[in-house]
Amino acid sequence: MSNMVNLTINGIAVSVEEGQTILEAAEKLHIKIPTLCYHKDLCVAGNCRVCVVEQVGNNKLVASCAMPVSEGMEINTNTLKVRNCRKHIIELLLTEHNEECTKCYRNGHCELQELAAEYQITNQDFIDLVPDKNYTVDRISPAIEKDDSKCIRCQRCVRTCAEIQSVGAIAVAHKGSEMKISTVFDRALDEVVCTNCGQCIVHCPTGALTEKSYVEKVWDAIADPESHVVVQTAPAVRIGLGEELGFEPGTRVTGKMVSALRRLGFDSVLDTDFTADLTIMEEGTELLTRLKRALVEDDPDVALPMATSCSPGWVKYIEHKYPEYLPNLSTCKSPQQMFGALAKTYYAKNVKVDPQNIISVSIMPCTAKKYEANRPEMKDSGYKDVDFVLTTRELAVMIRQAGIEFEKLNDESFDSIMGTGSGAAVIFGATGGVMEAALRTAYEIVTGREVPFENLEILPVRGLEGVKEASIKIEGTVDDWKFLEGVELKCAITNGLENAHQLMDNIKNGESFYHFIEIMACPGGCLGGGGQPYPVDDEVRMKRMQAIYNEDSDLPIRKSHENPEIVQIYKEFLEEPLSHKSHKLLHTTYVKREQY
Amino acid sequence: MTTTKKQLHRIDLIFKNEQDCKEILRNALARSNQEVINEMVNSGLKGRGGAGFPTGLKWKLTAEQKVDEKFVICNADEGEPGTFKDREILTRVPHKVLSGMAVCAKIIGARKGYIYLRGEYKFLVPNLKKELRRFHDILDELGLDFRVEIFMGSGAYICGEESALFESMEGKRGEPRNKPPFPTEIGYMDKPTVINNVETLAHSYTILKYGAKKFRELGVKDSRGSKVFSVSGDTPIPGIYELELGMSVQDFVDDFGDGDTKAVQVGGASGFLVPRKRFGKTSIGYQGKLTGISLPTGGSMMIFNSSRSMYNVLNNYLDFFEEESCGQCTPCRVGCQQLLKGIKAVKRGEKPASYLDQLLKLTDTMKLTAKCGLGQSVANSFSSIVENFREEMIY
Ligand SMILES: Cc1cc2nc3c(=O)[nH]c(=O)nc-3n(C[C@H](O)[C@H](O)[C@H](O)COP(=O)(O)O)c2cc1C
Ligand code: SF4
Ligand code: SF4
Ligand code: SF4
Ligand code: SF4
Ligand code: FES
Repeated sequence: MSNMVNLTINGIAVSVEEGQTILEAAEKLHIKIPTLCYHKDLCVAGNCRVCVVEQVGNNKLVASCAMPVSEGMEINTNTLKVRNCRKHIIELLLTEHNEECTKCYRNGHCELQELAAEYQITNQDFIDLVPDKNYTVDRISPAIEKDDSKCIRCQRCVRTCAEIQSVGAIAVAHKGSEMKISTVFDRALDEVVCTNCGQCIVHCPTGALTEKSYVEKVWDAIADPESHVVVQTAPAVRIGLGEELGFEPGTRVTGKMVSALRRLGFDSVLDTDFTADLTIMEEGTELLTRLKRALVEDDPDVALPMATSCSPGWVKYIEHKYPEYLPNLSTCKSPQQMFGALAKTYYAKNVKVDPQNIISVSIMPCTAKKYEANRPEMKDSGYKDVDFVLTTRELAVMIRQAGIEFEKLNDESFDSIMGTGSGAAVIFGATGGVMEAALRTAYEIVTGREVPFENLEILPVRGLEGVKEASIKIEGTVDDWKFLEGVELKCAITNGLENAHQLMDNIKNGESFYHFIEIMACPGGCLGGGGQPYPVDDEVRMKRMQAIYNEDSDLPIRKSHENPEIVQIYKEFLEEPLSHKSHKLLHTTYVKREQY
Repeated sequence: MTTTKKQLHRIDLIFKNEQDCKEILRNALARSNQEVINEMVNSGLKGRGGAGFPTGLKWKLTAEQKVDEKFVICNADEGEPGTFKDREILTRVPHKVLSGMAVCAKIIGARKGYIYLRGEYKFLVPNLKKELRRFHDILDELGLDFRVEIFMGSGAYICGEESALFESMEGKRGEPRNKPPFPTEIGYMDKPTVINNVETLAHSYTILKYGAKKFRELGVKDSRGSKVFSVSGDTPIPGIYELELGMSVQDFVDDFGDGDTKAVQVGGASGFLVPRKRFGKTSIGYQGKLTGISLPTGGSMMIFNSSRSMYNVLNNYLDFFEEESCGQCTPCRVGCQQLLKGIKAVKRGEKPASYLDQLLKLTDTMKLTAKCGLGQSVANSFSSIVENFREEMIY
């Protein structure tokens, strides 16, 4: 057991583990200390200074987020001195700030605004510094907008991009009054190494970093009588959306979400889970084919490990940072893009609508998907496969705008075709989910038996750990797959690009060998995506993860290859996995990009 | 009013170019660590980089850390405008600084040392390198496993702050760290580190040579020894002077002023302005003198005569801070901008004179909440100038 330290906060005694901070000790006593630069996911910066408290015997105030507790410490969090200083600090931040809250994307969801309200900053005693600032707004990227006039320079984004994502697209530039968050040579985010993962957005306390919103465009499409607007919803949206609309983290709102989408006026409410199942069929077959070429044909050109490709943030990351591994990337498009390509071909034919009139919208927990939909190659249907991508947060905006009382909605079901998904598809939303889904199907194809895990739950691949490893021995193979008999299939799973970076370095150095790796750009996988509700930390992510696995175990069909709509599409349209048509519509190529 | 003019006590210890470096080192290295630490503690030497932390205690605390790798760093960033005493020391008596580093290294258990040299002092490098080669030979001869390297600074004033200096050496942006932990525990490369000013290290040589007792004979209670000052401004004799600590500002002005001295800025931009009426009641040294106010200084003494506008002086300091703040923390980054804009607005009549009081309150907040010494000390010059020369700020 570690040493306990005794201290008092506002006269109340508390005992906490050595090494904890005053802020953590106060939390234990349910004393709230305001913070801005502090975030549980990140290392401590101690730069905003709103968390200052008084320590008896210290002639300076101390930053409670950065100050470790010590024996006998006496802390006061609410003295006149503390309050006056905090108020000053908030006032100072506001003088540098373009405080047009009513015209701000984060209006109502902003930590600075909340704090200003809490401290009732109604005076403007100090001089407004904004007119003399040369603030820039970067709206070039299809996914992310950066407005320096809303930035409080807390560096949460910088720490996120470096620590969690190991990308380093944004950094602090200049000093003194000119200090700002910038990119290499002050280029637009779209022109640097940024993966569009949106983690910086989720960690930004203000409106300085936001998604590019397509809400108005989608309203326009819905209002256009000529358009047939289809919408697909990713697995992680149904377990995140509730947080924006009055539910506790980890609440499953699938049925209400479908019902709300219908009321918004979408012509057809469909499910990305369908193409998640399709991804398993294609990617699983691709893996088995690669294994066959490597093990039976001794083909030296086959690239192993095969890496998943459904996270567009990860795809852009590998294109920038490990281009030599592009052949390892599965050629499968992400479920969103498979869906887009099928919406304007298979679906159009089926419902007899001219694909030209189809507007395909997707609701994603992700900002990188906005970027992905705009990649020039994503036009295999002959049209732009996915027209508009909205985040979970943007969907909540539409629901509120439409005056829908979300909590009161009844549960409804997805339309068909392309509206049915298995439990294996739902778990795509959690780190390890693609791996688990793929194993459920591939193992069964190869051995004719279910994966040897109780209730199909492959526990070793689940959880929030940075790098998970699993291996599964293939035994009792059916005739077609005899070459895999006795093979120990080695897999690894990571979430967050910093972990991906570690894993890729291990592979590169030859320290580890795997057949198959699953990589998701965001912490926790899509459930912790850059388009999900804020605030977020591990506790919230765990609750969302639990919701995903509950959704899976409640579904009647748990394996992708048993999804009847999947059976149907191969029969009526695609023929078989990796067929010519699949290749044309469901697979893609990648490009090498600059390091910075 | 003092009527008898007292000649200031000029000292000649630091720049005395003694050639007995090897002997001093040999003797110092032969003594036990405890003995040397005691000598340093007893000398009463305090850091000459500005903060005035007891040097012996710093060495002791670092020595007590049970970690394999430690570092000694000589802070030669000397970014304070108008200060150039460290440059002089490194030019004229570099072996004293190096000897101080070597003895410190032996005591704390460091094998590697660095001189963090201000970017503008690049021209010192060839000479320093030559000196280093000679010095390394001496160390080899004496059997001490210690090497010193020169690290070129980035040019930002804030990089003189010890934790920002470490960040900068580690290839990161020069931003001060949270304290605690202090460098004695977690410094460069997260290892226990002694970081001392150039002059502090040179004084340690004096102490090792002449003993703590001799050193203590100079100065007054809590401010022992001599100090090198960079005297500038309205003085007929600008330059570098080694003087005894504890002198009164009056005595200093009598010696260095031009007969019309209105005020003296002690300690550069982050120091205090002493107006004429306080000359007699203020002395130069560290906190703790029995009577009157005692002001520490990294060495800068700037003299202003009655032709100077105190508004301009303050304006210059605030310009400097607004630009040299690293910009990470709110009170300092925004506070400096507000102070600068604020005094301009008062001067132009856009804000009432009472706005100065609001700015004074703001400097209190900066002092209490800024993350490092830079933001905390802006209040010093601001309040001492505004309080003493309020009319000059307004009209
Ligand atoms: C803004 C700022 C700038 C500083 N610049 C210097 C400097 O240029 N040289 C220096 O020796 N110390 C400087 N210091 C002090 C150092 O942080 C540190 O206290 C000193 O190097 C310790 O050495 P000493 O104990 O020998 O004085 C600065 C401190 C601050 C806050
Ligand atoms: S970032 Fe926050 S405080 Fe600033 S304008 Fe937007 S809502 Fe208001
Ligand atoms: S962009 Fe957001 S997270 Fe980044 S420094 Fe500015 S306010 Fe903080
Ligand atoms: S979107 Fe992701 S990669 Fe791009 S700047 Fe933000 S955190 Fe970094
Ligand atoms: S006080 Fe100023 S220089 Fe120091 S950390 Fe804060 S902003 Fe940087
Ligand atoms: S929250 Fe502690 S300094 Fe910002």
